Amino acid sequence: MNTIDRRHFLKWLGTASALSAFGIPSLAFPKSGARIVVVGGGFGGATCAKYLKRFDSSLSVTLISDTKKFITCPFSNAVLGGMKKMDFITHGYEKLSSVHGVKVVHDTVTTVDSSAKKIRTAGGKSFSYDRLVLSPGIGFQWDAIEGYNEAASESMPHSWHGGSQTVLLRKQLEAMPNGGLVIIAPPGNPFRCPPGPYERASLIAHYLKKNKPRSKILILDAKDKFSKQPLFQDAWDEFYPDLIEWVPGSQGGKLDRVDAKNMTVYASGDKHKADVVNIIPPQKAASIAFSAGLTNKKGWCPVNQKTFESTVKPGIHVIGDASIAGKMPKSGFAASSQGKVCAAEIVAGLRGESVGISSWVNTCYSLVAPDYGISVAAVYRLTDKGIMPVKGAGGVGKRDAPLQQRRMEAVYAEGWYKAITADMFG
Amino acid sequence: MKQKSLRITVVMSAAIFMWISGVGMAADYRPAMLANPCAGCHGTDGASPGSIPSIKGLPSSYLVSAMKAFKADKRKGTVMNRIAKGYTDEEIELMAKHFSSAK
Repeated sequence: MNTIDRRHFLKWLGTASALSAFGIPSLAFPKSGARIVVVGGGFGGATCAKYLKRFDSSLSVTLISDTKKFITCPFSNAVLGGMKKMDFITHGYEKLSSVHGVKVVHDTVTTVDSSAKKIRTAGGKSFSYDRLVLSPGIGFQWDAIEGYNEAASESMPHSWHGGSQTVLLRKQLEAMPNGGLVIIAPPGNPFRCPPGPYERASLIAHYLKKNKPRSKILILDAKDKFSKQPLFQDAWDEFYPDLIEWVPGSQGGKLDRVDAKNMTVYASGDKHKADVVNIIPPQKAASIAFSAGLTNKKGWCPVNQKTFESTVKPGIHVIGDASIAGKMPKSGFAASSQGKVCAAEIVAGLRGESVGISSWVNTCYSLVAPDYGISVAAVYRLTDKGIMPVKGAGGVGKRDAPLQQRRMEAVYAEGWYKAITADMFG
Repeated sequence: MKQKSLRITVVMSAAIFMWISGVGMAADYRPAMLANPCAGCHGTDGASPGSIPSIKGLPSSYLVSAMKAFKADKRKGTVMNRIAKGYTDEEIELMAKHFSSAK
């Protein structure tokens, strides 16, 4: 007796999907086993790897991170302010492999061969890919400020990567005398985490107010305005009136040079000798983006605004701070949101499907004090002008919001952190 | 032979049912495309590990009314009034169904 087995059924389905070419809806046959390599285990890369597996568990997803533990920039200012310890901002990749089936490799990518679709690592390994996602983050423009290079960052830390630089700056703050001077020098736009330098000034001020109240923070800014500025300045007037002084670029804030040996900063003809100097240098895409040939003249990676595929090298997607993502800021939340969109675009692309809608969000909290938070948010859509915020939505919190709202936003800031890191690593 | 034709009928019916009902058709990515960014604050699938409210598994009608109230500033919030204004009512419905049925 003949029986209809799986083979016959599939044959019938094959006929059905052939018919789809003539207007009958297609039956989805996901391409299984496509090899996706994700380079960079931060907000963009870790999220993208996890969501690739969530969209299609049959994919082979390899995440290559050059660190065994990821230390976040978000909440590193709370470490500097003495409110959190390093372990709070330190995360492992265990669940990405054990729960989600991502192959996690700890190594440094040295070569991207886009024509052979292969990458090589410092550890001597090579990985072939069908699609490559790079989420490498930022690099620094060393010597853009005269005298400020990698060696100088050992005495004047940038602390713009979470890790040993965070620890170094915290130690310096602990060691400085009461009555000392802290200089924070933020760069011009664009740079990673636009409100970050001002949250940093706030939380260092919180620490000094409690422990070294005669001290002072001088912000020597390359810019004339900054993210969430009215909310920060209102709160500074309230909490730290004599502690924080902000000098805009056009009024003496621009650095001429630094002398790291003598802890001296020269800005617009003035000389400032300080106890602690935090230089946040001008930035560019991380070095792998340059060696892979993905950057433009300004040092960032132009990408298709829908799929985040490089417009320079096909088959390679660039997400996060290294990419040029329309009006989205270079933030952890933006990178995470881009990681999910990129994952969906890759999966849909392999299946010959369309994602139908392109939508991103950025939500960012800053702490001005442990119980005082402020926020900015935006919903982004793909328009004919690229990725743009939805008009009438988003923006910063109201200036005259009640104190209760600031308290809630401080509570939510930590909730945000727990959620987004669990969404990456949990 | 009788049994074979019966089996063919069953299989064909199942396939036709799949086609009509949409099972196995091209995936609709829109709910996930809209809802995934929410996980950055509300947790993966809306299950919050921290102080921000969980939205996973809540009734769709509740999520729709909450979002519409935030959008119209009829409900007080911190950041949600600003975010809800970024979505059409139809998109809010898609997102609400997504979180309501999240497993």
